[in-house]
Amino acid sequence: MSGKDEAELSRLMRAAIAGDEKAYADFLHRIAALIRGFVRRKIVQGGVDPEDVVQETLLAIHVKRHTWRQDAPVLPWVYAIARFKLIDAFRRRGRRIEIDVDDIAETFAEPETETVSERDINRALDGLPPAQRSVVSAVSVEGRSIGETAAKFGISETAVRVSLHRGLTAIAKRFGQGRLGQGRFGRE
Amino acid sequence: MKTDDLIKALDADARSKAMSLRSAWWLAAGAAVVAAAAVFMMTIGPRPDFMVAAHTIRFLSKFVFTVVLAISAFALIRALSTPGAATGRAMAAMIAAPLLVAVAVVLELFMVPQALWGTRMIGSNMMICMSFIPLIGIGPLAIFLWMLRYGAPTRPVLAGTVAGLLAGGLAATFYAAHCFDDSPLFVATWYTIAIAALALLGALGGRLFVRW
Repeated sequence: MSGKDEAELSRLMRAAIAGDEKAYADFLHRIAALIRGFVRRKIVQGGVDPEDVVQETLLAIHVKRHTWRQDAPVLPWVYAIARFKLIDAFRRRGRRIEIDVDDIAETFAEPETETVSERDINRALDGLPPAQRSVVSAVSVEGRSIGETAAKFGISETAVRVSLHRGLTAIAKRFGQGRLGQGRFGRE
Repeated sequence: MKTDDLIKALDADARSKAMSLRSAWWLAAGAAVVAAAAVFMMTIGPRPDFMVAAHTIRFLSKFVFTVVLAISAFALIRALSTPGAATGRAMAAMIAAPLLVAVAVVLELFMVPQALWGTRMIGSNMMICMSFIPLIGIGPLAIFLWMLRYGAPTRPVLAGTVAGLLAGGLAATFYAAHCFDDSPLFVATWYTIAIAALALLGALGGRLFVRW
């Protein structure tokens, strides 16, 4: 995590907020790897799946990107959200975790690994209204573009964008309110 | 869903827009002032001798306390609702209003004979003070808590408490224009209790309502 990375990531995020999708994809991939490195190092005991926290953090970064001040460095903002989501994940499972801010300095990027466990986000996705769920699935899991998704369901691109945005916001909200993990962890 | 798949969905939503938190806070502050002013004017309103009172130092000092509290709380709550923002200086500045009140109390104790201390502190409006500051502040508090949800406070209970202090500072500024008790002894006692009630309510709101 050098100053050069910081400047590059801030530049990508500024471009993303201005509507540059390519810059945003680049930003999210690089940020995801950094968050994964941070979260994996913090979770030493079982109970919390690191990749769930990575996904929750990415969603929070997305729906809260208007809280980033564009003249401030982006990484402290990203790690503050990751730290909050990690603590929240432990709290929901009735546990506590202490995280020093200094720990973040030693974080290294890590690639995603295949897992067989059921993702929290899949359960959140299942809780969406059918129209939103099918649009979010088409754009994410099936990897379709906005245009392809619109053609598939015979609706306008605007309708696809609206459903996608509402679906993602609803999933992020579900994570934030801790309405996940019932049955699996036995407590909320 | 793999993380790469999630990123595809987030990226496809890149063009969705939201007002920057900074602009939203200024808008919220404006709405809160309007809400507080509306309740104030419809209920108690300013005291009849407002223009005359405006020439006395005790009357004016009340506004110094409440405005300083509101300004420092506004700076702190904006920092607290932004992840990773430095809060140290804004936190330290929160001491300014209590410090000014403390200095004023000491001066008052020197200037007023001991026999009058009790009368000055009890005043004649303490029940109105303790009911109308929370009443004027409750609308602004709701606005500020809603704003915290729009932001991303990593310490929701603290942020909620500061929302209460901000609503309290704002409400007390209006209330001070109505109240005839201008002694710092009165302000230090009853204003503090009324504002603390709003801060407590804000902390509770932060705990229960500010999730993201």
